[in-house]
Amino acid sequence: MCTTCGCGTKHIHMDGDILYHHEYAETVGGHTHHMHASVINESRRVRIEQAILAKNNHFAQHNRHYLAQQGIFMVNLVSSPGSGKTTILIETIKALQNEIPIAVIEGDQQTDQDAVRIRATGVPAVQINTGKGCHLDAHMVGHAMEKLDLQSNSLLFVENVGNLVCPAAFDLGEAHKVVILSVTEGEDKPLKYPDMFHAADVMLLNKCDLLPYLSFDVSCAIDFARRINPALQVIQISAIQGSGLQQWIDWIKSGHQQAAQVVMTEKAIL
Amino acid sequence: MHEMTLAEQMLQIIEEAAIAQNFTQVKTVWMEVGRLSCVEKEALRFCFSAVVEETVARRAKLEFIDIKGRGLCAQCECEMDINTLYDACPACGSYAIQIIAGNEMRIRELEVE
Ligand SMILES: Nc1nc2c(ncn2[C@@H]2O[C@H](COP(=O)(O)OP(=O)(O)OP(=O)(O)O)[C@@H](O)[C@H]2O)c(=O)[nH]1
Ligand SMILES: [Mg+2]
Ligand SMILES: [Zn+2]
Ligand SMILES: [Zn+2]
Ligand SMILES: [Zn+2]
Ligand SMILES: [Zn+2]
Repeated sequence: MCTTCGCGTKHIHMDGDILYHHEYAETVGGHTHHMHASVINESRRVRIEQAILAKNNHFAQHNRHYLAQQGIFMVNLVSSPGSGKTTILIETIKALQNEIPIAVIEGDQQTDQDAVRIRATGVPAVQINTGKGCHLDAHMVGHAMEKLDLQSNSLLFVENVGNLVCPAAFDLGEAHKVVILSVTEGEDKPLKYPDMFHAADVMLLNKCDLLPYLSFDVSCAIDFARRINPALQVIQISAIQGSGLQQWIDWIKSGHQQAAQVVMTEKAIL
Repeated sequence: MHEMTLAEQMLQIIEEAAIAQNFTQVKTVWMEVGRLSCVEKEALRFCFSAVVEETVARRAKLEFIDIKGRGLCAQCECEMDINTLYDACPACGSYAIQIIAGNEMRIRELEVE
């Protein structure tokens, strides 16, 4: 995958090791020092015109290309900490694992507890610890995909770091971002953190079993979210009691079928 | 916030340009920041000054070029200035607005020597 960009594979470590960034500064530092004497100190303008996240987007395209070739349906779950990402994943896995091969990439700043919870279902999971980093990027995810030995026509779930802010800006190569909002967080969250609701295609409104005990206004929350993203699909669920989960499972199944079908059609053409 | 990541990415772009374009010092960095992008400019300035220590950009001045948010209404097809992702169309009240400018986070130009 990203080895095609000339990126080594040793600088990134998963499952307990520390995660390093590229050590590009070293080589560049050596270069500039070397050239110093021969360059005249005359100031000039250099056009750059490059998006700051161009590198990430490039890695994301590699991931997306690979997934498309293999017919793998990848979904990136994003939410604030504790909205129920791992609980939803476990229930989704239980419902689908006898039909479809599934793998999971878990992102957290520390610990591999979520990966352990996923592996307890029998599904392979790679934990990425971002340390101080507050989001997953496409490069880390590409390496995690290499470690997972993914099957074609499978499902790949990414549980992003619990953070309603910057995972919105990082394309991982997924087919869809799915944002989870739990009813204990308040109906104003879509307006306070609009980027995430703008980037997502589906919103799971979770912990609906708690609605009788709260003053959370469901239609108001959905209205706020659709102001930011009129096309947003909303599914009301309780991961713990199971309500609404069938609709979510059906959505996953149809995405999975489409991803697999595209590959079959392409093979038929060839 | 991810300003530290953005600052690191900026430095990487600058260092690659330093090799490609033969310069050893960056005096000014002009960066386009869209009104609707999730960049907090002062936080980014702080992170940038931290990551450029002992690099070609250690003396660089960071200049922001603000880009207005522009939207296109999917319902009535009018164009408008927008300040947030949840602005309604001033003509028809629809929220179905496609963003056509204001998401930028890019380095436009460098002054180097
Ligand atoms: N009442 C209720 N509690 C839930 C529901 N879903 C999850 N929880 C609880 O919410 C807490 C957090 O759930 P997790 O699944 O760990 O949430 P998460 O989003 O993975 O959390 P992080 O990975 O730490 O960001 C746990 O105590 C769950 O039991 C639900 O539908 N209803
Ligand atoms: Mg979790
Ligand atoms: Zn490449
Ligand atoms: Zn790599
Ligand atoms: Zn982040
Ligand atoms: Zn309109």
